[in-house]
Amino acid sequence: MRTTTPRQDLMRGVWRENPVLVQALGLCPALAVTNTVANSLAMGLATFFVLLGSSVLISSFRRWVPGEVRISTYILVIATFVSVADMTLAAVVPDIHKALGAFIALIVVNCMILGRQEAFASKNTVARAALDAIGTGTGFLIALTMMGAFREILGAGTFLGVSLFGPGFEPWVIMILPPGGFLTLGVILLLLAAVEQRRVRRRAMKQDPTPLRRAA
Amino acid sequence: MIANLAWIFLSAAVINNFTLALFLGLCPFMGVSGKVSTAVRMGGANVFVLTITSICVSALNTWVLPRAPYLRLIAFIVVIASLVQIVELAIKKLSPTLFRELGIFLPLITTNCAILGLAVFQTNRGYGFAEGLAFALGAGAGLTLALVLMASIRELTELSDVPAAARGLGLVLIIAASLSLAFMGFAGLLSAG
Repeated sequence: MRTTTPRQDLMRGVWRENPVLVQALGLCPALAVTNTVANSLAMGLATFFVLLGSSVLISSFRRWVPGEVRISTYILVIATFVSVADMTLAAVVPDIHKALGAFIALIVVNCMILGRQEAFASKNTVARAALDAIGTGTGFLIALTMMGAFREILGAGTFLGVSLFGPGFEPWVIMILPPGGFLTLGVILLLLAAVEQRRVRRRAMKQDPTPLRRAA
Repeated sequence: MIANLAWIFLSAAVINNFTLALFLGLCPFMGVSGKVSTAVRMGGANVFVLTITSICVSALNTWVLPRAPYLRLIAFIVVIASLVQIVELAIKKLSPTLFRELGIFLPLITTNCAILGLAVFQTNRGYGFAEGLAFALGAGAGLTLALVLMASIRELTELSDVPAAARGLGLVLIIAASLSLAFMGFAGLLSAG
């Protein structure tokens, strides 16, 4: 039942079906830890690791998992990988591990990861599941880093801790506080929706030159 | 003792509101905040599951996890998932009316990060049984409050003339941003208390 090429498997999650920006999955970590670029990168990489590990493992024993208990099996596999990521971060980068706090543990309930297992890894070969996981994980990392950069530059005037604007810059502290997270993602989604709408309208105009009154 | 518990409750409910300050439980916050009546029911289901989870987590922390700390996450998630299923069966048997009311919300709660978040926070902060219970009730009250507020605002936006591009998640997030901004005002209680 090969319907997509390996290239599509890989690229799908990066932008066109980006987990955060298009599918709105995994919003909790996307909003909670993106107040600096470093935190966003750590969170993105940890999630990437968990997603890749569980996709490969689950796809490799997909034939032996009974349908009734598949969700519990997936959750257990994911929780194991998260425990590994948690302990690794605590050992390698204790500062960031402290800043991310409980949110590392909460990767377990990131619906994006469970969603990829249920929708893709459990039905496809190991190689395709790995490609899909790499693509989706990259998309997640891109979305998080984008939000982290936006919030850190505006909220603290720095990028990865390096000051950008000099002492004259008055930081928008609100951007690194919780409301800034909602605001940043909201603005990004509004912009994407506006661009998409313009594209759809232009395409419709091309096909049918008479002005189209859209229902919305 | 009582003052301490009240403080934990208040802090979880408004100052560190689970949804608006800690970003936990965003899925129901975005997904089922379309109507006030559904939001109230979802909030009720959440309070229920949070309370039971808190009790189980206290038990796990006292008797099981000191011996196997590396199993923490796995133990929590397994307990929460099976707990929700048991609760669902019990309610179905004991009170079919309540079961119909809660409907699909109960199973959905398993993957709600607020529940696992509660378990992790409770452990990290070293809360005992009573403190954990106050924390769970406060968190549940906060979630319900945020859900109901959001649902009431969204019911109003349904009727107003919103630009087409802004219909959907973008608008919900902007509303959430202003709610979250308003809730930051409660942080003033910290210095007052």
